[in-house]
Amino acid sequence: IAYLLTHPSSICAFLKMACQGLAKGETTNTLKAESESLKAKLEEERAKLHDVELHQVAEKIDALGQFVMKTRRTLKGHGNKVLCMDWCRDKRRIVSSSQDGKVIVWDAYTTNKEHAVTMPCTWVMACAYAPSGCAVACGGLDNKCSVYPLSLDKNENLAAKKKSVAMHTNYLSSCSFTNSDMQILTSSGDGTCALWDVESGQLLQSFHGHSADVLSLDLAPSETGNTFVSGGCDKKANVWDMRSGQNVQSFETHESDINNVKYYPSGDAFATGSDDATCRLYDLRADREVAIYSKDSIIFGASSVDFSLSGRLLFAGYNDYTINVWDVLKGTRVAILFGHENRVSTVRVSPDGTAFCSGSWDNTLRIWA
Amino acid sequence: MCVFLSIVQMEDVIARMQDEKNGIPIRTVKSFLSKIPSVFSGSDIVQWLLKNLFIEDQVEALHLGTLMAAHGYFFPISDHVLTLKDDGTFYRFQTPYFWPSNCWEPENTDYAVYLCKRTMQNKARLELADYEAESLARLQRAFARKWEFIFMQAEAQAKVDKKRDKIERKILDSQERAFWDVHRPVSVYGLQNDIRSNSPTHTPAPEAKQPTEEELREQIKFWQAQLDRHRLKMSKVAESLLSYTEQYSDYDPFLCTPDPSNPWISDDTTFWEMEASKEPGQTRVRRWGFVINEVLKDPVGREQFLKFLESEFSSENLRFWLAVQELKKRPIREVPTRVQEIWEEFLAAGAPSAINVDSKSYDKTTQNVKDPGRYAFEDAQEHIYKLMKSDSYSRFIRSSAYQELLQAKKKVKHFK
Repeated sequence: IAYLLTHPSSICAFLKMACQGLAKGETTNTLKAESESLKAKLEEERAKLHDVELHQVAEKIDALGQFVMKTRRTLKGHGNKVLCMDWCRDKRRIVSSSQDGKVIVWDAYTTNKEHAVTMPCTWVMACAYAPSGCAVACGGLDNKCSVYPLSLDKNENLAAKKKSVAMHTNYLSSCSFTNSDMQILTSSGDGTCALWDVESGQLLQSFHGHSADVLSLDLAPSETGNTFVSGGCDKKANVWDMRSGQNVQSFETHESDINNVKYYPSGDAFATGSDDATCRLYDLRADREVAIYSKDSIIFGASSVDFSLSGRLLFAGYNDYTINVWDVLKGTRVAILFGHENRVSTVRVSPDGTAFCSGSWDNTLRIWA
Repeated sequence: MCVFLSIVQMEDVIARMQDEKNGIPIRTVKSFLSKIPSVFSGSDIVQWLLKNLFIEDQVEALHLGTLMAAHGYFFPISDHVLTLKDDGTFYRFQTPYFWPSNCWEPENTDYAVYLCKRTMQNKARLELADYEAESLARLQRAFARKWEFIFMQAEAQAKVDKKRDKIERKILDSQERAFWDVHRPVSVYGLQNDIRSNSPTHTPAPEAKQPTEEELREQIKFWQAQLDRHRLKMSKVAESLLSYTEQYSDYDPFLCTPDPSNPWISDDTTFWEMEASKEPGQTRVRRWGFVINEVLKDPVGREQFLKFLESEFSSENLRFWLAVQELKKRPIREVPTRVQEIWEEFLAAGAPSAINVDSKSYDKTTQNVKDPGRYAFEDAQEHIYKLMKSDSYSRFIRSSAYQELLQAKKKVKHFK
């Protein structure tokens, strides 16, 4: 059977037989066979253009020097595991969420807490800052994504103004505002992603294609594009067209859950962090995986990844409490950062690239530069 | 069986550590009147990791080793706290029976039997630690009703243990204790407490359903579409990634120190104040010259671009593009009205800011406007973007207005 399926003419003969009045069960089998052979053919086509490795081409550029990256600020205030964080566009404020339901807005530069809200659920795995800086979104085991407008009046009860926007049938794993305060993109343990109108809570578009929990999403950094990438427990990274809801590209090379996806700053590629202890780079134009970032000594999953402004560095947080910094082009590790006393759950570079923030199950957040 | 990949990989490493030829040398150490069987030192572990996992740094080896100890794969024979020390402290391997891959979830009754058994063995080394004595007391209260049953089990186990060879017993006792150090750790803020807890997101997925005929046809369509995709050669893609990164290196604060300093390091916010000012610095202006998107995404860039086009009386394209971007950011409720407004302003017959779109896009847009959605002007916007990119943008970059900004001496301003 394996031989038959690799030869197009044989596939035709095989399918012809199938069409000539076989039972329905066998139709499903032939469809399955056709699907699998097309998939194999796609891998063949992708491999044909693999004329060189990225790190080989990168041999001609200078190696990076020694880095001195230190914790410049430590944010203490969460009473439980920090699960997620996001930067405000003002480059210094952040929002963070934790296992005990607390969502805190900080001025990371001064380390002052500016707002705090307690969600009615635990495990708030997703939080995001609105582009205007005037609101935050968050959600988790409540299966919802809610938006809280941030009041200038510190005494005002934020919880009172809460607006429920997204509704999924399983936990919310990730959320992100689009270029506007008016739309939110969400991913969920129910296997779908969805785009919502904040004002009305209306579902604008849903995205189906993952066969298990979706754990992460990232919007393409383009002024003109309407795409985003998602990754999940089915080990797949999918690229979606926001307008049509279609899955436009798919990559499946990881050996375990993909915990985090992030676009390379030009939008032509994206990186993933996975439970298989590797991070990988996928290029959309080459339509394949173009680099793996791994080491024998790294055996715990990568929970979160983000690029420096130029895309040269990839910061990755791991379940072994460390942050590894990778040279994206040469594929080597340039630094390993210790400091957190438990899993690193989230890593994000600030909007102007001057620092990155890490959040951890040790209840703290750290700003590194 | 819900075994994480990290467990599998750790056990691979442990197996290699126990290899007769290339593993850690295990020995029996003489001490006063007795022998300490089957041990190796903390340094032995660190050295082995450095050599066999190609780790360059002792700190990293120590960190990895500590994580493995916290999972209970090897343990210090004289301490309840499972951590790795790079010195002569003695460690022993855990027996595979107790490995995490067996998905152990021991009950409190099991722990009660164990502690009870310990009290039956009259050996100084088996005396309960304070926290264990406390736990035993709590468990006796909790299981008061079935304590007789627990006692009987403990007795039975102690009887079996007594029959074992003395050396074997020493080893097994320590391994059993280490097992409980993982599952009922000393309540000290340490690794052991947290290794066990897991995120609700990583529960094992149920068996995937068999795909339906409909789903399979969709899959086949998807693969066919993917096969039709145009792909670039790796060499070309690599060059593109290299040149992008090269171009933006100067703007990457991790590669090139920002001017005058990185606020996070120097505690001086001048860098941010300069970025926020309406007077763009040279480096910022230079960036606009890379690609049109750099001008479009910088508010000051957009302003300058618009100003230039207005001076040429050709700003309608940019204004249309900006209006459509704005449209997509509005709440869905406002969309129909805005679509009408944009249509009237830019595309309708006799529009005050008429733009030139190809006939195909124009027809499509005319249709879309009848049932207005956020993407009503998508085709027209794409056409206009291409025009701007090839025409208006290149004129802007060559213009004296832009060149002046680029050459402008940086005005020295004092910020509070």
